[in-house]
Amino acid sequence: MAFASDNPSLTASLLYLDGVSVSFDGYKALRGLSLTLMPNEMRAIIGPNGAGKTTMMDIITGKTRPDEGDVFFAGEHDLTKLDEAEIAELGIGRKFQKPTVFEHHTVTDNILLSLKAPRQSLATLFGRTTAAQSQRIEEVLHIIRLHAHGDRQAGALSHGQKQWLEIGMLLAQDPQLLLVDEPVAGMTDAETAQTAELLREIAKDHSVVVVEHDMTFVRDLGVKVTVLHEGSVLAEGPLDVVSADPRVIEVYLGR
Amino acid sequence: MMQSLLNLLDLRGRIFLGCLAAVIIIVPICTLLIPAGSMLHMPTYVVALLGKYLCYALLALALDLVWGYCGILSLGHGAFFALGGYAMGMYLMRQIGTRGVYADPILPDFMVFLNYKVLPMTWWGFQSFPYALLMVILVPGLLAFVFGWFAFRSRVTGVYLSIITQALTYALLLAFFRNDMGFGGNNGLTDFKDILGFNVQADGTRVVLLMLSALALAAGYMVARAVTMSKFGKVVIAIRDAESRARFLGYRVETYKLVVFVLSAIMAGIAGALYVPQVGIINPSDFSPANSIEAVIWVAVGGRGTLIGAALGALIVNFGKTYFTGALPELWLFALGMLFVLVTLFLPKGVLGVIDDVMERRRISKRKPMAAE
Repeated sequence: MAFASDNPSLTASLLYLDGVSVSFDGYKALRGLSLTLMPNEMRAIIGPNGAGKTTMMDIITGKTRPDEGDVFFAGEHDLTKLDEAEIAELGIGRKFQKPTVFEHHTVTDNILLSLKAPRQSLATLFGRTTAAQSQRIEEVLHIIRLHAHGDRQAGALSHGQKQWLEIGMLLAQDPQLLLVDEPVAGMTDAETAQTAELLREIAKDHSVVVVEHDMTFVRDLGVKVTVLHEGSVLAEGPLDVVSADPRVIEVYLGR
Repeated sequence: MMQSLLNLLDLRGRIFLGCLAAVIIIVPICTLLIPAGSMLHMPTYVVALLGKYLCYALLALALDLVWGYCGILSLGHGAFFALGGYAMGMYLMRQIGTRGVYADPILPDFMVFLNYKVLPMTWWGFQSFPYALLMVILVPGLLAFVFGWFAFRSRVTGVYLSIITQALTYALLLAFFRNDMGFGGNNGLTDFKDILGFNVQADGTRVVLLMLSALALAAGYMVARAVTMSKFGKVVIAIRDAESRARFLGYRVETYKLVVFVLSAIMAGIAGALYVPQVGIINPSDFSPANSIEAVIWVAVGGRGTLIGAALGALIVNFGKTYFTGALPELWLFALGMLFVLVTLFLPKGVLGVIDDVMERRRISKRKPMAAE
């Protein structure tokens, strides 16, 4: 196991994965995956179905425990020893592939529940919403373009709006690192372009990892790309370089 | 403080509490002051019946808190109700003293009959009313805590959780049937004489017990309302609708579930404790899984996730049961069965859901002519 002090790439990193492997019933979902993300970096992850993208997110967020390998956050927190709630409290937010919002709550309440605030049951039982919180909710609603829908039930929103609401919930949570799984799946072209803009906006003061299939969208983001294949990194670099890589074309982009 | 309590109540909540207040005021007048034979006189058997149903309503309310708001379908809530009932029953047994058949000052009759020489440790302290009240809260609460701690930490959810709650109450049923458990076995606890020195059979005592039941229901409603309207309550609903989302936002889902489950179990225990002196008996059949399932039906009939609907459902189903057994003695079970089928098919949101829909429609039709102007 690597200790923070004797590994320079670990100390500088926000997220550090080294030699991570995990298998389910004999199927190796990840084989020695290594990846380093710097503070305030935005990274796009692409790769064919079954490449291990979602499994990687499961491991970072504590949903799945790796069989071997190191996962460190901010150079010091061993994520393999923490559970989902602890990891969320450390400052890692996650957006699911399928938009997951609290359907029976209003849009405003969805943001309220996500706001950075004490999560213990006693605090929520007796706490009150402060003026600063209400103001922050307004800000977030503006950023995600849902300020006119604050009082609507989240379940009544369109698919694209739900995706934005979930991104808004992550913003309200204000994590250091956002993991975003296929944010534009099922969106119209206009919505896709707006989402790319939204994510770039967020990336100004957060580190973001985006998993996406939509190559136009990845191009719109204009960030470093990591290609996963069969549970490990196949290539890494700017999109133009990566997409010219013959191995990437072979397994993913097609000729 | 008063102001914030009032803020919790919507119109419906005020009507509900108003009805309970009316019960508390009118029942003593009609039973104790208006002489028998008058049209307005309320016979004691109606008082006992109403009191019993109010306890059921509190059980339904407790169940709605876990099922309607947190999505935990407990098919074993009758266990907490029965444990609260047994704690009260044990106090009542100890009050009998030398008036029992065997006239033993310490040991209840069944223990003398079973050749007990000394009072089992589980019965110590139950001669004291405050101690019994403490146990009414502590025993169901503790069981719910231990059960919930293991179940929620191991992330047992959905139908699997329902099945183990069912197993829990069934296991208790079998345990309480055994004579060597020391809780009266098959016959349970009965033949109560008095509570705090008042004869449990007396009209006055019955009326006071009914008033206390109505008060407990009102208090239970206020607590449940305060909990569900707080941010805590919003988190609980969030857990019901998207558990993993709540987890990834940093909420400790198992702690939240545990708090709600324990609170609900305590409410069910209090309901059971009020129930026992009014019906005069508690026996292992109160642990039977069918009872717990029936409580789920009350909540479904009234409308889950509404609190008041759950209480209403308990009253509707039980008064319906009472009416049908009198009016259609051969057919009442079928009538009851029909009621459940019809409600499930046509009123998925329960009786209260229908009222909501009607109100909504009326509001829309009122708005339309204004738009036309």
